[in-house]
Amino acid sequence: MIETADQIFVLLLHWLVSFLPASWQSVASAVLCAAAIVCFFPALFAFTVWLERKGLGRMQNRLGPNRVGPFGLLQPIADGIKSLTKEDIVPLSADAAVHFLAPVVLVVTVFMGFAVLPMGRNMVLVDLDAGLLFYFAMGASTELAVFMAGWSSRNKYSLLGAMRAVAQMISYEVVLLLSSVVVVMITGSLSLTRIVEAQNHYTWGLPHWYIFTPWGLAGFVMYAIAATAETNRSPFDLPEGESELVAGYHTEYSGFKFALFFLGEYVAMFSISGLGTTLFLGGWSAPFSFLTWVPSWIWFFSKLMLSIFVFIWLRGTLPRLRQDQLMNFAWKFVLPMCLLNLLVTGLWRFLGDGWLRWVVCSAILLLAYVGIALGEQRRKHIGPRSYRYAE
Amino acid sequence: MNLVFYLLAALTVAGGLAAMLLKNTVHCALALTVAFAGLALLYLDLDAQFAGFAQLLIYVGAVAILVVFAILLTKGSETPKDGVFSRTWLAGLAVAAAVFAVLAWSILQSVSRLTQAAKAPAVTVQQIGVALISRYVLPLEIVAVLLTVALIGAVIVAMHEKEGGAQ
Amino acid sequence: MLGEGILKGLAETARNFFGSYFCAERMTTVEYPEQRIAPFEAARTFPFLVYDGADWQAGLRCVSCQICEKECPPKCIFIEKSKDKKPDALGKPQFYPVRFEIDISVCMSCQICVEVCPFEAIKMNTKFELSTEDRFGGLLLNREQLAKSNQYYHQIHATEAAEVDARLAAEKAKFDAKAKGADVAKAASDAAATGEGA
Repeated sequence: MIETADQIFVLLLHWLVSFLPASWQSVASAVLCAAAIVCFFPALFAFTVWLERKGLGRMQNRLGPNRVGPFGLLQPIADGIKSLTKEDIVPLSADAAVHFLAPVVLVVTVFMGFAVLPMGRNMVLVDLDAGLLFYFAMGASTELAVFMAGWSSRNKYSLLGAMRAVAQMISYEVVLLLSSVVVVMITGSLSLTRIVEAQNHYTWGLPHWYIFTPWGLAGFVMYAIAATAETNRSPFDLPEGESELVAGYHTEYSGFKFALFFLGEYVAMFSISGLGTTLFLGGWSAPFSFLTWVPSWIWFFSKLMLSIFVFIWLRGTLPRLRQDQLMNFAWKFVLPMCLLNLLVTGLWRFLGDGWLRWVVCSAILLLAYVGIALGEQRRKHIGPRSYRYAE
Repeated sequence: MNLVFYLLAALTVAGGLAAMLLKNTVHCALALTVAFAGLALLYLDLDAQFAGFAQLLIYVGAVAILVVFAILLTKGSETPKDGVFSRTWLAGLAVAAAVFAVLAWSILQSVSRLTQAAKAPAVTVQQIGVALISRYVLPLEIVAVLLTVALIGAVIVAMHEKEGGAQ
Repeated sequence: MLGEGILKGLAETARNFFGSYFCAERMTTVEYPEQRIAPFEAARTFPFLVYDGADWQAGLRCVSCQICEKECPPKCIFIEKSKDKKPDALGKPQFYPVRFEIDISVCMSCQICVEVCPFEAIKMNTKFELSTEDRFGGLLLNREQLAKSNQYYHQIHATEAAEVDARLAAEKAKFDAKAKGADVAKAASDAAATGEGA
């Protein structure tokens, strides 16, 4: 019974595919899974749009939308209808082919990332041996789409926004990869299913998730920072901040193409949160050993939605970072911590089991964090504010 | 030689041709990206997962962006006034034909030595990693030093430019 | 610098989020038009004419002196004086406006007409839901639309109306006292005249 609930989607897939002749079955099952992903995540996107508007509203002491449908639940549908029926304006001097292709490339590469995420026990679309590498390859292709969008609009603000966005995404791509490498080091495999299975063990009821280790916590924090920057979310949303660059690289897009960019951004958020939960939060494994009766996909999506809520929470709390502050942060603070984390993970592996490795690794990471942070502060000479008046 | 190979080969060659023949430089860069992607798909068709994804990550994700930035930050994005084809195209054609002949000869030589029934062993990422650290550690370290030198050089060039500009 | 500021900020936002369901001070939205905040006393939108008593034509305080028409900066008041007179609250016969129109699409709510009116006849209203479908005729308010009772004036500007009423009552008392004094003096002079005559 528990097994059935856990594997219900797999069983449904096998049942549907069994109607077809044997030679078509593998193709059909892949197509069905892909269709399920393409249908489900945009629906989750609609729900997340509602959640974001209500959540941000409550954090800002106001109601969100509450007129369309009960509690404003039909607001995303209204938004969808609006963006579909708006006129599709393409500037006269814009490069029509590239202008059209940019949102398409973005959405396609973003959806490709879901192919390797294990959303439950036995619920991976493609179990690749180099799954993590595939995911990052798709993420790198996203940057090209952003650049295409900004350049083809023939608008200097769009181009500027696109350049900033690409520079930001490249810098934080390095951080993202390095903070994921520690997980690969300990698991010994690039395959995401193996990584989740390695975390699915329990000691005294508590799971072996990587976030509960010192290097895992540091890696998770850096991964979260890099994920926020990769998807251009606050506080790293300078490329698309309305008060800075109109709308950055998607200024010249209207109607459905703008909706595609919006969709691409949110689905990228889901995909990168999914990867974060897989790498650090144990993927589909339950938090306590007495909760393993709950289906695995429920745990995966709960952790995903928790990450989304943290994204929304960060957006409601933090002011936007300036471009140079953003880049400084990436190259001068996060990247050295990432490299140190690699070293600490190696130490963890070779110090053997026991309390010693916990103490040593935590101490190194904490000292480095405090040292670098206070060092930066002293270098900046932040003192009490002084004023100079005109004579 | 199956259908997938022909399709991917056509895609790659089309990308390469477009990169050469298009007028707008940024279009050429994007066509080159399509050629890189086609190459990555060919690697994947040959079951070389690591090579394919690394090709995507590095070429499409970094080299293409570098090429595009280089085009943008110089004046290359405007169509040159005196045409895109150089005057010494005959010599260029001869050189390209010579290179193609050498590559084709070496590939055909190696293909004829392989037996038809041999299937390439599936190489896992772990085997690549172990090989890099044990057998190919010297090339790995040399490439690492090369990359570090390039990085430091880029930083120094940028720093000197800033100081030169300030003065 | 160690990130404690971010954590404090996150705590504050979380407090806002959860508090907005319970405390009133963390949910400041007023869902207009179903809920409204109480209007302030010093609010003003466009002028109106005050009348005393029940009949707006008989009790209209405006005596058509046309000072407000002359002082209005954008000249949005149009007055036509009557030919005959009618008695006012003090009993004196006064002119009255046959036509008193204000174009509220022009009016800039400067309140100068209120400040210069010697008869406390024109005051500022607080109604702001004034949309019409007719941009020109609908926003030209005539005498009947502008006349509102003194009770209404008390409702919207309680202290101001109380002051105005006190001032008008004092004036009336002075006028009555002068009239009574005049009567007494007149009676005395009559008596003296008859006394002398007799």
